[in-house]
Amino acid sequence: MSEERKLAIICSKGSLDMAYPGLVLANAARMMGIEADLFFTFWGMDIITKDKVDHLKVVPVGNPAMHMPQFVGGLPGMTDMATTMMKKEIEKLDMPPVHEFLEMIHDAGCGIYACRMAADMMHLERENLVDEVDDIIGAMEFLERAEGAQLLFI
Amino acid sequence: MTTKELNVAVDAEGFMTDPSQWTPEIAEAMAAEEGIAPLNEKQWQVINWVRQEAASTGEFPSLRSISKRSGVDTKEIYELFPKGPAKKIARCAGYQKPKGCI
Repeated sequence: MSEERKLAIICSKGSLDMAYPGLVLANAARMMGIEADLFFTFWGMDIITKDKVDHLKVVPVGNPAMHMPQFVGGLPGMTDMATTMMKKEIEKLDMPPVHEFLEMIHDAGCGIYACRMAADMMHLERENLVDEVDDIIGAMEFLERAEGAQLLFI
Repeated sequence: MTTKELNVAVDAEGFMTDPSQWTPEIAEAMAAEEGIAPLNEKQWQVINWVRQEAASTGEFPSLRSISKRSGVDTKEIYELFPKGPAKKIARCAGYQKPKGCI
């Protein structure tokens, strides 16, 4: 494995199903000795916001992979049902809940960064974000950190 | 002693093909190849726990369960087996490359 290999992942979506791909890949990278940074922006900020991280949802409406008519997905309780089901399946795979996952990858040496612009837009300060966040940085600073890295946008 | 001198059967990436052939000597030889020899007490704690767990479940444990149940946490694991703990632990414990995602 090349020791210089680096991975930088931009997480821009805040639903439960979109939180995991970035976390899984960053963790896998660290497990095999690849440097990894996560950069959270826009709706992805929910993943690292203290009062949101434990309440991320899977939303059936607008998701064709749910294989159900749109109006059914919009019925009351459907979002909570889909969320509960996915959380159960995730647990079966030995995957931690999102906050514990953040803690694990942070302990594993993965950088966790919040987007300055998104934080300003959503009126979020450092104390609103989970402890694992290393810093709130601008897009240019992120690009500097990501120099030479393979970049993923989720 | 190196793994070659010990006549260990390994695959193309240096992982043992038969965990039952494992000996503590092989673990030290693997550790030397991974640049972490000699193995200290904590590293042995991880390796011994992993071998016990793998023998009883038939599957190589995830890094998450190692950090939760071996008594050595994630941070320490990354310090004890730097730059790719999953691979280094598997090699020292005499198992094939872990295929899990976690």
